Amino acid sequence: MIRTAISAMLLASAAPALAEIHSVAPGEGAQERLQEALILAEPGDEIVLAAGRYELTDGLSLDVDGVTVRGAGMDGTVLDFTTQAGAGEGLLVTSDNVTLRDFAMENPKGDGIKSKGADNIVYYRIRVTWTRGPHPENGAYAIYPVESTGVLVDGVKVTGASDAGIYVGQSDRITVRNSIAEANVAGIEIENSRNALVEHNIATRNTGGILVFDLPDLPVMGGGNVIVANNLVVANDTANFAPPGNIVAGVRRGTGIMVMANEDVLIENNILSGNPTAPVMVIAYVQPYDDERYNPLPRGVVVGQNTFDGGGYDPQLEGGEMLKAAFGGELPPVMWDGLGSLYVTGDAPGWSLNLTEQGKGLGAAQPAPLAAPAPEAEFDRTGIGAPAELEARLSR
Amino acid sequence: MKFGTASLLAASLLLAGTVIARATPPPEQYVNDAAIMDGGLPRLLSDYGFFADAPAQEPVPEVHPYRLNTPLYSDGADKFRFIYRPAGAQISASGEGLLDIPVGSALIKTFAFGEGKDRRLIETRVLLHRADGWLALPYLWNEEQTDARLAVAGARIDLTTPRGEAISYRVPNKNQCKECHGLDREVVPIGPKARNLSGDWLEQMVAAGHIDRMPQGADRLPLWEHRGKSSVEDAARAYLDVNCAHCHRPGATASNSGLDLRWEQDDARALGIMKRPTAAGRGAGNLLFDVVPGDPDASILLHRMIVNEPGVAMPELGKATVDEEGVEAVRKWIAGMEPR
Repeated sequence: MIRTAISAMLLASAAPALAEIHSVAPGEGAQERLQEALILAEPGDEIVLAAGRYELTDGLSLDVDGVTVRGAGMDGTVLDFTTQAGAGEGLLVTSDNVTLRDFAMENPKGDGIKSKGADNIVYYRIRVTWTRGPHPENGAYAIYPVESTGVLVDGVKVTGASDAGIYVGQSDRITVRNSIAEANVAGIEIENSRNALVEHNIATRNTGGILVFDLPDLPVMGGGNVIVANNLVVANDTANFAPPGNIVAGVRRGTGIMVMANEDVLIENNILSGNPTAPVMVIAYVQPYDDERYNPLPRGVVVGQNTFDGGGYDPQLEGGEMLKAAFGGELPPVMWDGLGSLYVTGDAPGWSLNLTEQGKGLGAAQPAPLAAPAPEAEFDRTGIGAPAELEARLSR
Repeated sequence: MKFGTASLLAASLLLAGTVIARATPPPEQYVNDAAIMDGGLPRLLSDYGFFADAPAQEPVPEVHPYRLNTPLYSDGADKFRFIYRPAGAQISASGEGLLDIPVGSALIKTFAFGEGKDRRLIETRVLLHRADGWLALPYLWNEEQTDARLAVAGARIDLTTPRGEAISYRVPNKNQCKECHGLDREVVPIGPKARNLSGDWLEQMVAAGHIDRMPQGADRLPLWEHRGKSSVEDAARAYLDVNCAHCHRPGATASNSGLDLRWEQDDARALGIMKRPTAAGRGAGNLLFDVVPGDPDASILLHRMIVNEPGVAMPELGKATVDEEGVEAVRKWIAGMEPR
């Protein structure tokens, strides 16, 4: 009855403040109580998680549009999956217009939070931590939106993912900002996605800081229109601890910002320091492939003004010592494999492998200082980033 | 165990025969159509009136038992499957795929462990075809085994499998039902595809007027207990279709993996052959490709069937033990492929 009344009022005024609140507290039966709240919520409702530690044995899931899940802060409300016995992730979201905010997930057995086909999702001040630090048996992704249009990740903190801390895959209209990615294999990864803005983040102690990839054999390909700007990318020097089968297992320790394949990527106003293989790396997809829909080359990648504190001083590259010696003791900060098209504004020093063929390894490399032209036109920023409506949700 | 399963199935099939024989004259209406169609969530399985004797899993006359040629593995549970269609609406069949089951119908599946008087009914899952689409609900049997109660949040039950493994059996929550039954954002049935249904059963259902016609391509998947009579490829592909392809196909939960394990898929890369993993994480183990022809131990697909650990094990839901028979079938298939 109350429900009917509220629904009617909602319809009349469209005021989200009138939505029903479902309060959940930690303790006995938390798994069932929390999951029930997630199932019985109606569009517009809010699920409020009281402070405390929730011992959870199974993955949670949300499949109702327009629900907010709100904790008492990323250090106050902790969903603890240390004894998780089933499911592929801690929380799975499959509905649209969901807001997740102010709680933490610890030690999920698979991924942390996965949202699939969940349009217009907000992750705000969420923490996902594998508490033992880097370990190959940690889950793959901490924050994992995929196949979604409209993704805002803001103020999150991710640590210990054995693949990528923040991984956005096969999605469109994305913003990842104000977040900290620490001690993951990849700090932040944008894969097979378009219109992504990655700004004001800190990526540190990862194997690679920020990666922008496009891979073959996936339902969604053709990644591009990506801006990586105003990030602090420092001391990404953790040895790669990814299981070998994964694409990030090939990321070299000490990679700052890396673009593989993709078109129209802008890298500017970042501060890069202590990334011993390459502060910036722009390369083609490295494996052979036979997917006709796929373009393996980086096209229209622009390295704008960035602040480099040194370059590749301890490169994890074949012949690294010789290369270092050839370049006077340290590799210049921008590394390109010579395939596709790269533009550099200003005077960022770089070097190129001058490869001429994709997928043939480094055998034909002829390393030399980088000679890349200045961009032909202003970078087109139209339509890049999450829809404004998502940001408006943060103040509620 | 095998013998027990076979005899229970035989009993189900016999029962199907008698039910159809009794279908003329029209039976008294037992099933509560309002419970199926109404907007609410019925609290008890008995609210639907599907069973004349629920503890014995004996259905009322309008509820028809069936089996699948190749079933989904669920820790060795015995399963009792039933289909109900409302008066005045017919199930229609076209190709080898899913039967077109009309609004007002229900699919019912009960999971049980143990033999004879030790048999314990654990859960009954129902799929209700309402006007706004299919709804999947899990019901948990009570200690007394008299009725099952709605458990939207699922449950965990300690039990011992037929192979003697003590497990914590997971009853899925309502959302987890959709993880397997979701396709293009709708909930759909998975099991009753013509290719995986007995030709005899289909003929009886057509003769009794429950199904409009005999579909083309029926009864193609091997009868699992007789899979030795089929090709190694058919047995493995049937297994993958039934156990994996509800997620690993376009439009479903694992679509982003790019792996498509449906029976009708014939593209080698889509089937995982020399395909690199997408988002497998540590699930990939130390391996590079989903399927390496001739080398099952180097194939991620098999690895994830063998390792029984959350985050690695596939399927992610609905099983807590390794399916040795399925592993063997898939291993043979990969081993028999021409190495590249």
